[in-house]
Amino acid sequence: MRRLINQRPGRGERLLLGALPFLVLAVLYVIASQLRLAANAGDKLLPPVSAFLDTLRSYAFEEDLRSGQYLFWSDTWASLRRLLSALLISAAIGLALALAIGVVPRIRALLSPLVNAVAMIPPLAVLPILFIIVGLEETAKITLIVIGIAPCITRDLALRAAELPTEQLIKVQTLGASTWQLLLRVVLPQMWPRLIDSLRLSLGSAWLFLIAAEAIASTEGLGYRIFLVRRYLAMDVILPYVAWITLLAVTMDWLLRQLRRRAFPWAEAGG
Amino acid sequence: MATVSIRNVWKEYGAQVVLENLRLEISEHEFVTIVGASGCGKTTFLKMLLGVEQPTRGQILIDGEPLRPEPGPDRGIVFQRYSLFPHLTALENLVLGLELQRSRWLGRLFGAPRRAALKRAGEVLESVGLGAARDRYPAQLSGGMQQRLSIAQSVICEPKILLLDEPFGALDPGLTADMHQLILSLWEANRMTIFMISHDIRESFELGTRLLTFDRLRHDPQSPEAFGASVTYDLPLQRRAARPGAPPAG
Repeated sequence: MRRLINQRPGRGERLLLGALPFLVLAVLYVIASQLRLAANAGDKLLPPVSAFLDTLRSYAFEEDLRSGQYLFWSDTWASLRRLLSALLISAAIGLALALAIGVVPRIRALLSPLVNAVAMIPPLAVLPILFIIVGLEETAKITLIVIGIAPCITRDLALRAAELPTEQLIKVQTLGASTWQLLLRVVLPQMWPRLIDSLRLSLGSAWLFLIAAEAIASTEGLGYRIFLVRRYLAMDVILPYVAWITLLAVTMDWLLRQLRRRAFPWAEAGG
Repeated sequence: MATVSIRNVWKEYGAQVVLENLRLEISEHEFVTIVGASGCGKTTFLKMLLGVEQPTRGQILIDGEPLRPEPGPDRGIVFQRYSLFPHLTALENLVLGLELQRSRWLGRLFGAPRRAALKRAGEVLESVGLGAARDRYPAQLSGGMQQRLSIAQSVICEPKILLLDEPFGALDPGLTADMHQLILSLWEANRMTIFMISHDIRESFELGTRLLTFDRLRHDPQSPEAFGASVTYDLPLQRRAARPGAPPAG
């Protein structure tokens, strides 16, 4: 018998092992739900799976009587639009600042303390300020997410930029590069895959801030819906919505990972 | 091709004297090899030539002009490792230098100038024996290939001076003979002045036209950092006539 650390599962076994905890959780849920429903047919806490499907069907394929929209899709679209705009803006801010901070010592001296301080502000604490200044509309929600994740992306990327071997930066200077050329041809291209890593790590917080903003002031969106139906203990809506958010987040993470692999093969080869 | 004058150069970090009173006149097309125990300021000396470190006292002149206090295209460098750009293929690593010099804002060439640069880079790549590896990334190249590429990368920009910091130190001994041939032929073809740090004394004697050894002349056991290293031997070397192609003696 080989040691445990030397026993590696094959592909099929890996998939099976990975699926196992999900299956166990699903089975536990079904059992618990049936026990509760058997005791009280009107129980709202753990609705049966059929209730999820019914709710999903009506949310996704039937027009809402009041707004005339398919709520599931309009909520999804509203949330994704906010999230993606915020991610894009944060990536742009983070990348631009990090390049300058990571490579130009004067700019590092100027901006690094500020970025470090801003990163420590709890974003939810400034949410009221945002609402007062930019109103309750989309801008406030997107800004909240940006305030939440852009400083972290900036700090992460600035560290990565500063980690580039000095040898590289000296070498490119001996090839005649100006600071601008060095940023453009040596540092920036090497930051792209690291930006993707950084975005992947920020996805969790981005969703957190999105849901928070939507819960507090919104008229549509996945987070808004969850907090709206919470008043009615509508677990048949909340649980599928949470599952859907999770699925969206996992998919985005997977897409980013694929993008990194396809677009930057050199980063994979280098480990 | 350039002359280098080192005039009474000292390098100190606070109370610690690293190099003291270096005085050297290096003529054009010299191949200077530098040996010495570690911690004797060889690398500091090279860094001052590179412009990364500045002398505390004294002056370095290149062709009679004071050295610019930062790295520039007149002085190429090959480090022991890490000087290639991992996101560029071998060919792109070579083209980069040409592109940087000819395209000020984008650092990229397009159309006919790009084709010309690619052709030139392709030739240089062939000349260092990496023609087959043109589309590979540095991480996919062996250590010897990486060093060839790094040398080619510097040479394509036609520096007057080439600085080599133990360029073959991390390579298999079997590879170094090839690398020596390569560096000598480039040195001949491009008429560069070369400074090479080496920990291999035989290599230093074989390659150089002038050998410098760095060591401390004075030693104070109470405060070891009080005296810096200097050039203890400065040997002009007789280049053996049948140099290229000759099997290493012994």
